[in-house]
Amino acid sequence: MEGLLLVIFGAVGQGMIWGIMALGVYITFRMLDFADLTVDGSFATGGCVAALFITLGIDPIVAVFSAAAAGAVAGLVTGFLHTKCQIPAILAGILTQLGLYSINLRIMGRSNLPLLKSDTLIKQTAELLPIEGSLLTSIATIAVGLVFTIIIVALMYWFFGTELGSAIRATGNNENMVRSLGVNTNKTKVLGLMISNALIALSGALVTQSQGYGDVKMGMGAIVIGLASIIIGEMLPGKRTNFALRLCAIIGGSIIYRLIVAGVLKMGLDTDDLKLLTSILIAIALTIPVLAAKHHQKNVYKANNRKIGDWNA
Amino acid sequence: MLKISHVSKTFNLGTINEKKALDDISLVLNEGDFVTVIGGNGAGKSTMLNMIAGVYPIDSGIIALDGKDISLESEYKRAEMIGRVFQDPMMGTAADMEIQENLAFANRRGKSRTLKWGIQKEEKAFLKEEVKRLGLGLEERMTNKVGLLSGGQRQALTLLMATLQKPKLLLLDEHTAALDPKTARSVLQLTSEIIEKEHLTAIMVTHNMKDAIAYGNRLIMMHEGRIIYDVKGENKKELKVEDLLRKFEEVSGQEMDNDRMLLA
Ligand SMILES: Nc1ncnc2c1ncn2[C@@H]1O[C@H](COP(=O)(O)OP(=O)(O)O)[C@@H](O)[C@H]1O
Ligand SMILES: [Mg+2]
Repeated sequence: MEGLLLVIFGAVGQGMIWGIMALGVYITFRMLDFADLTVDGSFATGGCVAALFITLGIDPIVAVFSAAAAGAVAGLVTGFLHTKCQIPAILAGILTQLGLYSINLRIMGRSNLPLLKSDTLIKQTAELLPIEGSLLTSIATIAVGLVFTIIIVALMYWFFGTELGSAIRATGNNENMVRSLGVNTNKTKVLGLMISNALIALSGALVTQSQGYGDVKMGMGAIVIGLASIIIGEMLPGKRTNFALRLCAIIGGSIIYRLIVAGVLKMGLDTDDLKLLTSILIAIALTIPVLAAKHHQKNVYKANNRKIGDWNA
Repeated sequence: MLKISHVSKTFNLGTINEKKALDDISLVLNEGDFVTVIGGNGAGKSTMLNMIAGVYPIDSGIIALDGKDISLESEYKRAEMIGRVFQDPMMGTAADMEIQENLAFANRRGKSRTLKWGIQKEEKAFLKEEVKRLGLGLEERMTNKVGLLSGGQRQALTLLMATLQKPKLLLLDEHTAALDPKTARSVLQLTSEIIEKEHLTAIMVTHNMKDAIAYGNRLIMMHEGRIIYDVKGENKKELKVEDLLRKFEEVSGQEMDNDRMLLA
């Protein structure tokens, strides 16, 4: 029983802090309609910056916000490559992501930096909690995740309702219209990319503190996990719900993804096979609507033809 | 008001697809002019509007609006002064945003986008009143997504969006061409009403010769990237479709090949 609770609480905590990354991905993929592959790099950058700062004895909260700032710079670079150098979105993201790998190594000076003896947000929160036992770390992670997600969802809800935020949403919807109404779409795209990657790096900083080390490879596959969370999250409520609820659903999607992962690992799947499983799951999730639409079309055709009856009559 | 001098544009210069779309165009518009533009397919009508709006850079010449040289200014900058409605009803509105969100966005044309709320409370009432003018019942559907509207409704909305903040120049590029005849008629009527009421300066491309004659105070005909005919005032009022056809044959040395135009 205790073991099961440990797994579930662990998955919920991880789902919350990784969910912030998914919110960042949502901004580019869904709102800006920009396939940004900077993610894997900027997530690790956030983790590496946080690891460095924390081992230097800097306050973990300051480390988190510095990580977010570093992520924003990564987004700025991708945005610059895309808007000023006119490099296609996907390639611009890949270039930044690749370059960030070297930068991340430089930031930490090594490929892995443990935080064993340093203070982290998770440890600080755990000390504040009036509980003890094996669930303490998981609950502290959930608490940290909850505070950050509530603040971030509230900020996003506010920002994307402002004139500036609306301009970013409209850019993803109809760039031509936005320009014809006097807004520089290069600026809105760059701003969207910066906010997105700031959130992604912030998530990386929290993950570093929760796992107790920064690693240059920690961002590998992050983009796919982000997409999985969004896809699962969008299955939760109907499409036509309130924006804040949709954002919460993505966090929910991230938690469900973690629960699925924990489940299959419990069933004996090798961690090495996890990435393959995730890819397959997403491919299936994206295929189902296509097949469903085809199936529906066929049924409509059959039904209509039955109504017509005998062709030769 | 608008002054175009010796503007030329060649697409795909130096390639096998090289195409001279504008050939030394000069045109001066006065305040309050409502110019209709006709010409066959590929005559350069859309290109001329796109050059004025700054969609593509021009190769040579000068475009000045309200005494200001805007030849090298970017599209979004010029949009502070220019309102546009496109041929494709999908191009002028954001489908996934609400009707009132689209309007509020347009209501801020030429203003910097701040961290103030994207649509103010008292603004909602104002926008509702404006939408009522369209006479399409859209005022009851202000929170509907624009994607749910028909092409004609979207064009009417785009027209309103282009004129909410009074533009120095309104550019209309066959904005009724994609609509069914009845809807086209009412959008055109609405266009003329708005232009008259707001005293706008406008250029309207149309494929309908009768409309080109009936609306506006000036008519220009384009052919192969050049302006081949320019009539205004009393002369324009007396114009007949046959006159335009004869003029076209005379200047171009060919018959008007565009069936669309003749049918009109
Ligand atoms: N973006 C472009 N790239 C290349 N050629 C173009 C482009 N836009 C227009 N053209 C060409 O320029 C000519 C004029 O086009 P256009 O201005 O659209 O004509 P109209 O609107 O009068 O029918 C056409 O031959 C067209 O193929
Ligand atoms: Mg055209």
